[in-house]
Amino acid sequence: MQWTADKVQAEVFNLIAPFNPKGAALRPDTDLSADLNMDSVSAMNLVMEIEDRFEIDIPISLLPDMNCLQDLIDTVMTQLNKD
Amino acid sequence: MSLLDKYDQVAQRHNSLVAAGRDPFDICMDRIISATEAIVDGREIILVGTNNYLGLTFEPGTIEAAVNAIKREGTGTTGSRIANGTYSSHRALEREIADFLGRRSAMVFSTGYQANLGVLAGLAGPKDIILLDADSHASIYDGCRLSGAKLIRFRHNSPADLDKRLTRLEGDTADKLIVVEGIYSMLGDQAPLQEFADVKRRHGAELLVDEAHSLGVFGDRGRGVCESARIEEDVDYVVGTFSKSIGAIGGFGASNHPGFERLRYTSRPYMFTASPSPSSIATALATLGQIKARPELRQQLWDNARSLYKGLTDLGFSICAEASPIIAVKMPNEASAVFMWNSLLEAGVYVNLALPPGTPDGSCLLRCSLSAAHTPQQVSRICEVFEQVLIALKSWQAALSAAD
Repeated sequence: MQWTADKVQAEVFNLIAPFNPKGAALRPDTDLSADLNMDSVSAMNLVMEIEDRFEIDIPISLLPDMNCLQDLIDTVMTQLNKD
Repeated sequence: MSLLDKYDQVAQRHNSLVAAGRDPFDICMDRIISATEAIVDGREIILVGTNNYLGLTFEPGTIEAAVNAIKREGTGTTGSRIANGTYSSHRALEREIADFLGRRSAMVFSTGYQANLGVLAGLAGPKDIILLDADSHASIYDGCRLSGAKLIRFRHNSPADLDKRLTRLEGDTADKLIVVEGIYSMLGDQAPLQEFADVKRRHGAELLVDEAHSLGVFGDRGRGVCESARIEEDVDYVVGTFSKSIGAIGGFGASNHPGFERLRYTSRPYMFTASPSPSSIATALATLGQIKARPELRQQLWDNARSLYKGLTDLGFSICAEASPIIAVKMPNEASAVFMWNSLLEAGVYVNLALPPGTPDGSCLLRCSLSAAHTPQQVSRICEVFEQVLIALKSWQAALSAAD
């Protein structure tokens, strides 16, 4: 499948649903910690779901730089384009 | 604004935990009576949260060995091995560990945490890849980060997920290290080591197993899960701690690799910290002797573990894994876990309260760790107290719903 940034965003938003029990509004600038109240373990678990969906690896050393949803989307696009 | 403001939310959560009773992260034992009992707030408590698996912390011969070591070598080593010298007792313990595990060489560290830091950051570097189990202990995560290696997390206890990730890495020429634990500290679940060893062989990676909670507990000789799974040949590096079944403080790394000793002058957590104290070294040395001489301790431990597992299961509690010396009781939510934990302590039983994010899958756990030193009467008493406290929990919950 050819992933575009829009499709990646839609898919990332879907994958976040189980990590967003309060149903906070999702936008590219939504902050994982401040807006979604995610701790470091939840963030790593979300990344694992994303890795499985896109069949990519996202080294956890990149996590400190992933603050908002746009950061996640950008990372997915970068890793997809590497393959 | 202060640097510490970022912890406001965590501090708030801590305050609400303390408001529900005692501080679960700061229980003060006024006096330690034995391997399984202490005085807390003037009352005798059965300890079921110590990791004192073989109950060897009060062995008269070991205490004497530790006291003699202090008299002979002093209270502290006051420096690191590379700068301030090695004591002959460090070397003796390293030989003993290597011999116990059937490995070519072993290195001791000042804590178990530091053993993981030292071995992981020593082995891997920024050009390498570490694949680590998602439920790994904090010391493994920290050691991996310190190494600067590319870190890839695979699903807990899933050789298939590891295989998939290694397959994606085919063509990447970086050296790869797989890191798993023999038994996981929170849930007490065991790694499927034979399957992991198969994956490792297929992909030509190296394998490290942390036997922190399994040393002295698994295997015919007490070497750990690598021994009981009969895959020691496939395990390139073993890490372990002295602070659990060994009853001291410190840790070790061991390997058959001829280059393993290079870590002595390349691993910063080994090089730049004080070496283990004479009393810890003497304790570990004496306790290893006990483990070899008294295999019946493992039998007692497992009898106690199975007995508590059955008792709690019969009461209807949900246990996270098969029977093992770690029995994690899964509670439906944080409020009930905190209520149970406080009530258990009030009734004379100390267990560990484990809450997210320190637990897998957001679980709220009452974590019990058994000891060979627990008597059958103590295990029965622990079950009785759990039963009483469960009744109290139901009344408390009923009162809460009535008030709503």
